[in-house]
Amino acid sequence: MPEEVIRAENLTKVFNNSLVAVDHVTFSVREGEIFGFLGPNGAGKTTTINMLITVLKPTGGRALILGYDVVKRASEVRKVIGVVPQEYTADEDLTGYENVMLCADLYGIPREVARKRALELLELVELTGFKDRLVENYSGGMRRRLELACGLINRPKILFLDEPTLGLDVQTRATIWEYIKRLRKEYGVTIFMTTHYLEEADALCDRVAIIDRGRIIAIGAPSELKDRLGGDVITITVREEADVSDLIKSVENVKEVRRENGTYRVKVERGELTAPLIIEALRKKGYTVTRLSLKELTLNEVYLEYTGRAIRDVEESRAAFMAHRVHLWRARRK
Amino acid sequence: MSGVNKAKPSTECQPSFTRGLRALTYRELRKWLKDPVMLTMFVLQPLIWMGLLGKSINIRGLFSAENINLPRQIPIPGNAILHPPGVEGVVLDGATFSRLLADMSAGVMQSAFGVADYFSFMAVGVVSMMVTTTTMFSGMSIVWDRRLGFLDKVISTPVPRAAIIFAKIFNATLRSLIQATVILALAYLLGLRVSPTFTPLNILGVYAAIFLMGAGLSSVFIAFSIRSTRIEKPMQFASLITMPLVFASNTFFPTKFMPGWMQTVASINPLTYLTDAIRQLTILPTDTQALIWDFICLSIFAAALTTIGVVLSWKYLSR
Repeated sequence: MPEEVIRAENLTKVFNNSLVAVDHVTFSVREGEIFGFLGPNGAGKTTTINMLITVLKPTGGRALILGYDVVKRASEVRKVIGVVPQEYTADEDLTGYENVMLCADLYGIPREVARKRALELLELVELTGFKDRLVENYSGGMRRRLELACGLINRPKILFLDEPTLGLDVQTRATIWEYIKRLRKEYGVTIFMTTHYLEEADALCDRVAIIDRGRIIAIGAPSELKDRLGGDVITITVREEADVSDLIKSVENVKEVRRENGTYRVKVERGELTAPLIIEALRKKGYTVTRLSLKELTLNEVYLEYTGRAIRDVEESRAAFMAHRVHLWRARRK
Repeated sequence: MSGVNKAKPSTECQPSFTRGLRALTYRELRKWLKDPVMLTMFVLQPLIWMGLLGKSINIRGLFSAENINLPRQIPIPGNAILHPPGVEGVVLDGATFSRLLADMSAGVMQSAFGVADYFSFMAVGVVSMMVTTTTMFSGMSIVWDRRLGFLDKVISTPVPRAAIIFAKIFNATLRSLIQATVILALAYLLGLRVSPTFTPLNILGVYAAIFLMGAGLSSVFIAFSIRSTRIEKPMQFASLITMPLVFASNTFFPTKFMPGWMQTVASINPLTYLTDAIRQLTILPTDTQALIWDFICLSIFAAALTTIGVVLSWKYLSR
């Protein structure tokens, strides 16, 4: 059994005595795992991460990082964790290399070790060729990679990634995923990440906690969460007007049938095998299936099921938020 | 796999105050120094104050013989004169009388400003004013650090919290020291007259005074700005208090001609002591007692405000 490296017990953060951002959250992360916090904007993901990385103090409960309490042993915690924040925090007026060295100075890593490691990390994130260029000339993907390098300068045991691909295009996102996987493989680092991209959680995380309105509403491996929902969804349209819900339900492996405007939404296990059985059963009773589609469950459905909200609603506000930030960023450079 | 990590214990991280302070201060100063536009503005602004205001308000000129310009002949009525016995009336030569008045007015200037020309007096005032605004605005830059996530990232590293706050204070004071040096050099070129008691060592005293003022003022602004999400709030506050600080002090005019209540304000205004300290060390024949008093007041101000500022900022950093 792998060692437990993060443990949160009833972790709670209340702002201004009224706004409950994180509400009695309990979970643990095992060594070597990629653990994801999935949820919409404002769900409490960043607040949770900020408590774990000692930036915010919990108002209730406690959290242990490698056994160190994040409040009482904050300075110990800070030494063993690496942090890659949501924002691009690298200084634009410094070069990539200088930025990594600035981080090394903050951690107090012996200079000789730091120099060697900075070059090694820049190599890892493939920025060697750009290391002496000012960060203001970096693209979004390059900046994100630089943040990764900075976050690894102290050889952390646990790396915290807050929305690691926020605002990146699909291709860049895929390369960042590759880096994250490689980090785990090459450094054996445990990764705790937050995301509101379902496919990101699906592609990267060994286990996911779905968080909504400050509470964990489901936790488990992505495949487990999907199974808990009953696997796949078959959508069937039948020519006849009659309600055939009960007939469909009698088929093996069918878990739930919902009828909406003459269309049946059927939750099944092993959809690819069950679909022919349903068609067969209906035909025997003289019904004609005019349309059938089979959808394997994604975390999207899981998410919808648990929160009652589509994550897309959240994306909209994210886009607005990013636009606002870009605006600010430009204003600052003026 | 995880063997790599276990082989390197976390004791490798030896966060130190001085190293963190140096790294963070270097980052800030570098940002400032690499921006030529900003630097030009920093020089241009005091240059405009000194070149236009300082040269336009020519108080000495008011009392010059040319301005007084009495008619060539001034008859003086006999009853206005206490004359010695045997003399009936006096007629003065106008030019001589004007010169006489001008000589008297030099004495007036000397007693009002301590120096014969207003320019030297106000150039030092410009130094204090610029120190005030520069430290306030440098302190405010923490709003950006917070907004852009840099502050949270630094908090998550083991660097001593004090290094985070003191790097900001240091940056603010270093900026104003550099700026003061440039302004004084420019003022000298524009005609500032140093007193005979001035020695190059006095510059160190000037720096010390500016450092005290800068530390106190920037700490307060850091503590104030660290809590604002927008830069507008501290900016408005800064521009609101700059005027009263500058005008209710001896920055541009001696306090002794001010109404009583304003003199009271000026006497608790740190800018009064900063300006006087710099004047004592540069343009005035140093009055040691006054200078010591200036430094005592500045030290009290700096100690009080730095303490308040650091405590409040610290509180924020450990939310």
